[in-house]
Amino acid sequence: MPDFLLTAAVFILFTVAIGLVRILYGPCDADRAMAAQLFGSGGIATLLLVASATRAPGVEDVAMGLALLAAFASVAFVSSIATAGPEGADGE
Amino acid sequence: MSFALNLLSVTAISAGLIFFLAGTLGLLRFPDTLSRLHALTKADNVGLGLVVIGLLPLADNMLAGLKLVVVWVLVQLSGATVGQLIAQSIRRFGQTG
Repeated sequence: MPDFLLTAAVFILFTVAIGLVRILYGPCDADRAMAAQLFGSGGIATLLLVASATRAPGVEDVAMGLALLAAFASVAFVSSIATAGPEGADGE
Repeated sequence: MSFALNLLSVTAISAGLIFFLAGTLGLLRFPDTLSRLHALTKADNVGLGLVVIGLLPLADNMLAGLKLVVVWVLVQLSGATVGQLIAQSIRRFGQTG
């Protein structure tokens, strides 16, 4: 069973890493934020699978922290758009 | 019993993997930002939910299983909120930002 769980974790990490291409190509900032959010939830799933496979203590807590940070990152993105407008938010 | 639980785990986790793959493909291939957001939230909610369901029978004790469910509920709440917020910002400021 641990082998299957680790394989699943690597598979999720692989697909999410491919999804990060969207950060490179955009075209708009919302797409980039969405790719980062997909990386957040994929990272949580990976951490949970690794925690169950290796029985290492505390990895689920890291997943919980990542869930919190991913939520904050996207809310910060939306609030930066709302205050600065689309021109000021792209950082150029 | 153990075999049935293992079968449930493997089935649910495999289905979750399919949803993550579909979310990534949708994020890469769908034509506009709102439909990409639609694909992404499926991967977030259903994919992670299925992985958590698959991991529940493997949890050591009640507390560990509860922690898995709490992580999923947290992601579910934040995913729903963030999906609405991003869609609202796209509607308000267009897709050029």
